[in-house]
Amino acid sequence: MPSFVMTEKCDGCKGQDKTACMYICPNDLMALDKERMKAYNQEPNYCWECYCCVKICPQQAMDVRGYSDFMPLGAASTPLRGTEDIMWTITFRDGRIKRFKYPTRTTPEGSIKADEGFPAAKAADLNNQFILGEPSIMGVTELSTIKK
Amino acid sequence: MSDIPTEVVETDVLILGGGMAGCGAAVEAAYWAKALGMKVTLVEKAAIDRSGPVAMGLSAINTYMGLDGKVTQNQSTPARYAEYVTNDQMGLARQDLVFDVGRHVDSSVKLFEKWGLPIWKDEAGNFKKSGEWQVMISGESYKIIVAEAAKNALGSLGDKGQLIERVYITHLLKDEKEPDRVCGAVGFSVREDKFYVFKGKVVICILGGAVHVFRPRSQGEGFGRSWMPPWLGGSTYALTLQAGGELTQMDVTFVPPRFKDSYGPVGTFFLLFKTPATNAYDGPYVGAYDSETSKWAPYAKAKPCPTPVRNYEMILCTKEGKTPFLMHTNRVVERYQKEITDAKELKKKIKEYESEAWEDFLDMTIAGATNWAAHNIDPLEKPMELQLSDSVFIGSHASSTGAWVCGAEDLMPAEYKDAFPVKYNLMTTVKGLFTSGCGVGACAHKFSSGSHAQGRICAKSAVRFANDNKDYTPTVSDATINKLKEIVFRPLALYKEKCAFTTSADVNPNYISPNGFLFRLQKIMGEYAGGWETLYGTNDKMLETAIWKLSFCGEDAEKIAAKNLHELMRAWEAIHRYWVGEACVRTRLARKESRWPGYYYKFDYLKLDEGQKHFVNLKYEADKKEWKVIERPMVPIV
Repeated sequence: MPSFVMTEKCDGCKGQDKTACMYICPNDLMALDKERMKAYNQEPNYCWECYCCVKICPQQAMDVRGYSDFMPLGAASTPLRGTEDIMWTITFRDGRIKRFKYPTRTTPEGSIKADEGFPAAKAADLNNQFILGEPSIMGVTELSTIKK
Repeated sequence: MSDIPTEVVETDVLILGGGMAGCGAAVEAAYWAKALGMKVTLVEKAAIDRSGPVAMGLSAINTYMGLDGKVTQNQSTPARYAEYVTNDQMGLARQDLVFDVGRHVDSSVKLFEKWGLPIWKDEAGNFKKSGEWQVMISGESYKIIVAEAAKNALGSLGDKGQLIERVYITHLLKDEKEPDRVCGAVGFSVREDKFYVFKGKVVICILGGAVHVFRPRSQGEGFGRSWMPPWLGGSTYALTLQAGGELTQMDVTFVPPRFKDSYGPVGTFFLLFKTPATNAYDGPYVGAYDSETSKWAPYAKAKPCPTPVRNYEMILCTKEGKTPFLMHTNRVVERYQKEITDAKELKKKIKEYESEAWEDFLDMTIAGATNWAAHNIDPLEKPMELQLSDSVFIGSHASSTGAWVCGAEDLMPAEYKDAFPVKYNLMTTVKGLFTSGCGVGACAHKFSSGSHAQGRICAKSAVRFANDNKDYTPTVSDATINKLKEIVFRPLALYKEKCAFTTSADVNPNYISPNGFLFRLQKIMGEYAGGWETLYGTNDKMLETAIWKLSFCGEDAEKIAAKNLHELMRAWEAIHRYWVGEACVRTRLARKESRWPGYYYKFDYLKLDEGQKHFVNLKYEADKKEWKVIERPMVPIV
């Protein structure tokens, strides 16, 4: 397939100009059939099975069926991604199920300010070797160099 | 195609590519630009939240020194790092560049933690290291976090910070008053009819490495399951070459040993879980071919054994007919059963191993997890196959293809200075053109953290260049822009003009599809240039044949037709990949030895020759349409 869209669940992100899966796919694979208002993978053999579309789909309308080149049918890795962790359900071909939960981030989404807590840059410092936050952020006072 | 609108974007710092290095560059450029009132523009072909090789996530940060000592083991130094990388790369590395990454990389990792990336720690708060350089993380959202920092940093510049997504860059622009200077780029939107012209005082080209130049092992649906993501089209290398820049080590592709087919990672299984791997007959392959591999001494004799030598052991074992290789994930459990006597403790340890083993795959190669489940393999109970995968061009892993760049003022050996028109850290041999991450050659083992840090070093250096050239304005004529626009959209025009000639548009004597072109390139590379098809072997005759056949590809590149914008992107990726393939073949032909035998070897020069311990560089002279091979010396600094 490898990523696929379930017809009944997909609502084409309610007629917006692009769907969530189209927004996120790193390889520009997802397309919207505007007549049916359903998204689809336009080029399955270029899919990396990265699950970015599966994780972002607001309707949970997407999943991945393992590459037919080498994966027997019947298995699935199904994510449920929250704001601070992700839950995986692994379904084996023979029906066994395993569940795992892992943390994903420790700060609220959208809150990152890269230069917060550091002094503002000064043009005069352009000529030294320190980049943002250095050297203090590394717990050292100077950068290593070599004796020439 | 004259009806397609053109948008001209004028900026100061132009960043092409929003992967790890690009996001690092955006954060750093924004920080300095704010003080100087400069404009920063980042252009990306996808959405930076999930673009580049870290799109899926990662389960480890592979480069971390622990300069502050707050690590569970293996505190290290930039000098030790440079020594390690040099031996792993069989004696050839730009130690000045590697050292520079080593002295800055911790600051990026500390930023990641501050931004919200969960890094594994012990009870005392020390980062949990596995092996000498690796820090374990729960990295499903690694790229989202890093991208958020970049987006917000650009946002903090107000109308002077710009992020433009879904734009594919096809060419760099050269200044018409100063022909050896890069001053911008052109590309097209993959989502709407729009041609983009970007002009800047400085250009940072970090569009990643290259996959799919060599043929992937799976060719049906699994075509996309390359180890590195299939969206890496080699644009960094192609554009740098076309701009007259010098590339290095383009012969040294990386061949990752991985769980077979799914390409699930092996590092954590070897380093953290100490998982044994064997040949099919339960015998060792690691260290089993000393009489052969010792010909690659002194490097092969050092600890740890270099990656290309460990790969070569797998090649020798394959030639002996002793595959499939097996990673005995189940034997970790058997070891715990012997070592841990307390039943409760044992159960806890096995549970922890199971969770961490699955996380290793689920954080970065989900197909690996599904492949276990599809084969009814519980890693606690059964082993899984390993295999060498297809060859990729990468600047940041255990090999390093990329541009020959200027090093830091206090680190670069004097012998390298002549190559650069002006000296700024991480500037290529072309004035105004900078790179980092997978764009930098001979600087392996940066991985995600080192690429981010190098993107930041590069951006500060580029801002300094722009600040030193405050009064500079790019000169590019309308005639040049119009000509490039015609070239960029040529595949669409060709399709429109000729498609009705046949009853099925897919087969037409007037053009070739992007995929058709790519498959031909992959067939040439795989069968003549040392792909998995020949177990990574080639010779000068095969390489000469490859060059002859690639010359037709060069001509046919002008006959690629595209049905729509999505295919137009595939067309340009294929053209950029062709340039990468050509650079690889020519460099392999120039090197008369087999220095990295597990990455590629030459049947006619199957040995290490220390008389050739130098870098083989390559450039393209567009005015003469000629390729030029340049030797650069190996100058150690540590």
